[in-house]
Amino acid sequence: MEKSLNWREFIITRLIQTSGYSAIVFVALIFFFLIREGIPTLGEVELSNLFSARWYPIENYFGIVPLITGSLVVTIGAMLIAFPLGIGTAVYISEIAPRWMREILKPLVELLGGLPSVVLGFLGILLVSPFLRVFLDLPTGLTAFTGSLLLGGIAVPTIVSVAEDALDAVPRSYREGAWALGATRWQTIWRVTLPAAKSGVLTAVMLGIGRAIGETMTVMMVTGNAPVLAVKLGSWFSPVRTMTATIAAEMGEVANGSVHYHTLFFIGMVLFLISLGVNIAASSVVFRAKKRAERILS
Amino acid sequence: MKRTFIFFLLSSFIISSCNSSSQSPSNTSTKYIENKGSDTIVNLALAWAEKYQNENSDVRISVTGGGSGTGIAALINNTVDIANASRSIKEEEIESAKANGVDPVEHVIARDAIAVIVNPENPVSELTLQQLSDIYSGKINNWMEVGGEDRPIVRLSRETNSGTHVYFLETVLRLGDKDNKTLFSTDTLLLPSSEGIILEVRQNPNAIGYDGLGYVPDDLKMIAIAKEDGGAYVLPSIPTVNDKSYPIARDLYMYTDGEPTGIVKDYLDWILSDEAQEIVAELGFVPVE
Repeated sequence: MEKSLNWREFIITRLIQTSGYSAIVFVALIFFFLIREGIPTLGEVELSNLFSARWYPIENYFGIVPLITGSLVVTIGAMLIAFPLGIGTAVYISEIAPRWMREILKPLVELLGGLPSVVLGFLGILLVSPFLRVFLDLPTGLTAFTGSLLLGGIAVPTIVSVAEDALDAVPRSYREGAWALGATRWQTIWRVTLPAAKSGVLTAVMLGIGRAIGETMTVMMVTGNAPVLAVKLGSWFSPVRTMTATIAAEMGEVANGSVHYHTLFFIGMVLFLISLGVNIAASSVVFRAKKRAERILS
Repeated sequence: MKRTFIFFLLSSFIISSCNSSSQSPSNTSTKYIENKGSDTIVNLALAWAEKYQNENSDVRISVTGGGSGTGIAALINNTVDIANASRSIKEEEIESAKANGVDPVEHVIARDAIAVIVNPENPVSELTLQQLSDIYSGKINNWMEVGGEDRPIVRLSRETNSGTHVYFLETVLRLGDKDNKTLFSTDTLLLPSSEGIILEVRQNPNAIGYDGLGYVPDDLKMIAIAKEDGGAYVLPSIPTVNDKSYPIARDLYMYTDGEPTGIVKDYLDWILSDEAQEIVAELGFVPVE
């Protein structure tokens, strides 16, 4: 009896261990693959071409700068929309809403998170973009801003869900302490609860950014895919082409092993490095915040 | 293009190998037609081959893509019965064919026309090829410059990997001139599907787009095009494409070695029948009259 239990214990532990390691292995393999397929482009395309402002692969113009700026504009825009909305919703659900409201809101937000992005893209093409064109008097409704709006919508549920859990985990005694000192509800939220849940909230935002920058289908449908260098403020209201949309639109028809193929993988690599950068930045901020909290408590 | 080509290549291998293993020992009367060439035509050729084989169980047709040049080269080397091409054969190809004892004979099997579309609210209904080129290359940016309202022009195009995109670039932007290196303006919206272009043109009076003539829905406005300044403006339609007065259209060809005989002749005759030309219209091309 004892022996078989040990055996089972051993197998289960190993299985769990393997699945734990597999994540690391997969990330390493994916990165290795991206490098193997993407690095050759540095030898095939001149750097001045690769970092130029013209993307027109069928005539050997491989400037990836417009694609990078396109992705950044759409993502930053999405975060400007999703951050206040997401945190606001999380605070409302966790701190202010009565119990019955909370029980309706939370599943609804999670349902929103499960919406397929192609459906959102359809809504974008048929409703949001025509509306924005007329409402803002733009030449076309297929703009970076349309993409940001929809991506914001995609990122909100992620942010709400994680941030709400973090706020929920703040001990009740913190709030009671604040109230006892005579703080108003708003002061309690702003000065006590939110700072206490800071690391969770930051994680929420970073996950939201990750969700937004990697999103493909919606963006491809609503941003117009014009490879214009997006550096002016007005670029937000004109068409852009993102890295993800470029890969998705062109990978299916490209000749295996060609310069174009390698360049698409190179773009994938850049995308991977950007998400990695965001994640590292987030972890270091969270880590520092934890250190500080430990210092204060001790 | 490459993917689809490989897919067709594989599927045709599978189809032909199945047949050779299962049928040839018992049924020696099965005849084969090798058909290869243009990627523009490959879907059409496949649809024809499928239908024809259903009706004539003793004929097997293998269709592969690879491009017009590949198809004609295969005809010159005598490895195919029919070569598909979306351009007419070049002088030097005829010469090397003659040197190889092959006499290429041309058959126009369908036509391909691209319609330029705008929103019905847009008062502009006529453009010259030169104006169209200037619009897409970014020299003309307001509808006022071509006799319309004071509105910005929003240029819509298919993605760069579409055959239509390349044909439009060569015929319209570069006006058919090989040395012309004009490119699409960078702010041209590259939409992943025909449907995307149609949706945007339908709701946006600033937009201009293009699509295969067979795919244009009735509620959008087609632009009449003149080949040069002062020339007649022609609307795309089956008659104007067939009499060559509409400028953004091309013939699609099949080439055979000498006048076709036997099953190849039967097949080519069938292709020009009403039944086969119906498939042409279904795939967005223009039937031959």
